[in-house]
Amino acid sequence: MSPILHRTPADLVNLGERPEHSPESPLSVHAMTVAYHRKPVLWDVDYDAPPNRLVAIVGPNGAGKSTLIKACLDLLPRASGQVEFWGEAYRRVRTRVGYVPQRESVDWDFPVSALDVVCMGRYRRLGWCRPVTRAHREAALRCLGQVGLREVADRQISRLSGGQQQRVFLARALAQEAELYLMDEPFAGVDAATERAIVEVLRRMKSDGRTVIAVHHDLQTVPEYFDDVILLNMRVVAAGPVGEVFTRENLQKTYGGRLTPLAEAAEAVARAAFEGR
Amino acid sequence: MGPEMSAHVLASGDVPTLAEVLDTLLLRAGFNTGLVVVGTTLLGLAAGVVGVFVTLRKRALVTDALAHATLPGIAIAFLIAGGLGLAGRTLPLLLAGAAVSAILGVVCIGLILRHSRLREDAAIGIVLSVFFGAGVVALSWIQANAATGSAGLATFIYGQAATIRPSDLVVLAGLAIVAVLAAILFLKEFALVCFDESFARVLGWRVGAIDLAMTTLVVLVVVAGLQAVGVILVVSMLIVPAVAARFWTDRFGTMTIVAGMVGAVSGYLGSVLSALLPRQPAGAVIVLAAGAVLLASLLFAPSRGVLARAWRRLSLDLRIAGDHLLEVAHERGVGALPAAQIDRIAREHAWSVRVRRMLPLSLRRRGLAEGGGGGGLSITAAGRDRGARVARNHVLWAEYLVRHADVAPNHVDWSVDQVEHVLSEEIVRELEAALAERGGAPVESTS
Repeated sequence: MSPILHRTPADLVNLGERPEHSPESPLSVHAMTVAYHRKPVLWDVDYDAPPNRLVAIVGPNGAGKSTLIKACLDLLPRASGQVEFWGEAYRRVRTRVGYVPQRESVDWDFPVSALDVVCMGRYRRLGWCRPVTRAHREAALRCLGQVGLREVADRQISRLSGGQQQRVFLARALAQEAELYLMDEPFAGVDAATERAIVEVLRRMKSDGRTVIAVHHDLQTVPEYFDDVILLNMRVVAAGPVGEVFTRENLQKTYGGRLTPLAEAAEAVARAAFEGR
Repeated sequence: MGPEMSAHVLASGDVPTLAEVLDTLLLRAGFNTGLVVVGTTLLGLAAGVVGVFVTLRKRALVTDALAHATLPGIAIAFLIAGGLGLAGRTLPLLLAGAAVSAILGVVCIGLILRHSRLREDAAIGIVLSVFFGAGVVALSWIQANAATGSAGLATFIYGQAATIRPSDLVVLAGLAIVAVLAAILFLKEFALVCFDESFARVLGWRVGAIDLAMTTLVVLVVVAGLQAVGVILVVSMLIVPAVAARFWTDRFGTMTIVAGMVGAVSGYLGSVLSALLPRQPAGAVIVLAAGAVLLASLLFAPSRGVLARAWRRLSLDLRIAGDHLLEVAHERGVGALPAAQIDRIAREHAWSVRVRRMLPLSLRRRGLAEGGGGGGLSITAAGRDRGARVARNHVLWAEYLVRHADVAPNHVDWSVDQVEHVLSEEIVRELEAALAERGGAPVESTS
């Protein structure tokens, strides 16, 4: 069931002129508001993603982290605001944008193998009514290899562990061969070994010149894994390089009174990492 | 004999002879019977193929509502035909009415979901029962008040395969071709939309259009099946073959082929049986035939079947119990275990009675032990190796957790066999070295 959107008349929100977005910025969000059932989840979000960075979206539960990604990809209707990729509308640059959905969003008992799922990343290149060719299958196999799952390529996906399933989704995104990746909790429910493997893949993606924007839950690892951070709680509390933005003050603003000792620990880590640079 | 009886080989309840059975199976039992058998086979094929998309898109209940929602359409189409002065039972008009009202039912479910806070199951239940109730009322009103030709209308509720005519056969053949072609052409499109709708959207696919194509196929199958199988049972021709097929394969394409075959075989066997058993409505027998295939799949399928799973469970229990036993023998340095001692180990590890009873046989068959006297076991050389290896891996695992707990996989199918797979070679070597250094538990290298 899709959420019901109660549109605010566009002219109420969008009085200003269309801002000039830099064509270098892989993702520019301007004055974006998203609402479910009358209740706004995101309010007036403005954000410009820097190119070739690993960006974490961080915030408490219900802050609208997943919503931000889905609304950018037109998976959820926007009440207002604009989203541009490299200064262009999403539908014109789809092939340059990859997506990793939440692992729980699909039924893993579906009758497909790990390789089949990765091949889905090639479907747009394949075109309608065309079966998967050998070349595409081999490209998909290489992507599986990059996440260390070549041996389980033919296994039905319910026989993979949670961490392997997450990596299959990552491999599918790699198979899209995009320049910007939006990832919804790529580290959710994976063991520490898988987490390290995923971080490796993300770093390799960055060194290939790509940009990754990922919803992330673990504040402690933000300074270690990511270059930039978006602190989100219905609106963007702060966004920018981790060293500048990931501060105790900003975290407190984002999490309100719910800032746990965990976040304080994260702050300590952040300071250490910052000083270490 | 009325037309609805003409498909039956036998007039009475006699037991059919072998010759009659063969004739029916080989389509030699008369033109009408042959027509029915071929027609329901084609219908089964189409329904089986389309049913795969229905079940994997999790639309089984919606499809049931869709089928029930055809009934008022049939009644209204009949009244319109009467008003236009057409012969009452103009089949194409009735089926068009059925299709329109089925689509209306699905639209109603969507509207209820959008404009109320009801959940999907409630919305489906409402549409299914209200439409079906309206259809039943309309049909009985027609039968009480309307003029001629209304007698056959009620057969749409349970279906009557015997009314299949040569022209219907052309329609059913066309339907089967369309279903198979659609499955071949759009296999990957249908699969992705069923598996991960949002990813399909991100690729820029129009998921609505693909869903519409799938729903159109469903409506076609339902409407074509109304005549033979009826409003109530037609949904099972879609669902049952697909569910049965899922037991035999883990691949989408194979599942579609198997489901089509199961559907065709059910349609064929069901109509043959109903021809041989007078007064058994073909629709119900077809559904029962499909149900029998499903039951057999559920029980006997090699990897997902109930029996296979029970067997795997038992083998695993036996393997674990055997490992415990051999580990104990290794630790105590004994080569033979009398029955009383095995009983004590069984109690300590809370083995089930069945495992305790089957364990000696299992160990003997795996060559790990031989029968000693009085129900005891004497451990073979292979059994001693295994025991040493289990003990070593348990120690390694404990050491691993101590040294590397921060990175320990949080979800490991814990079995001693997997220690080598879970842990990399360097870690195993590192752990062994650490243990040797501490002069801890003796670690035998078994590789």
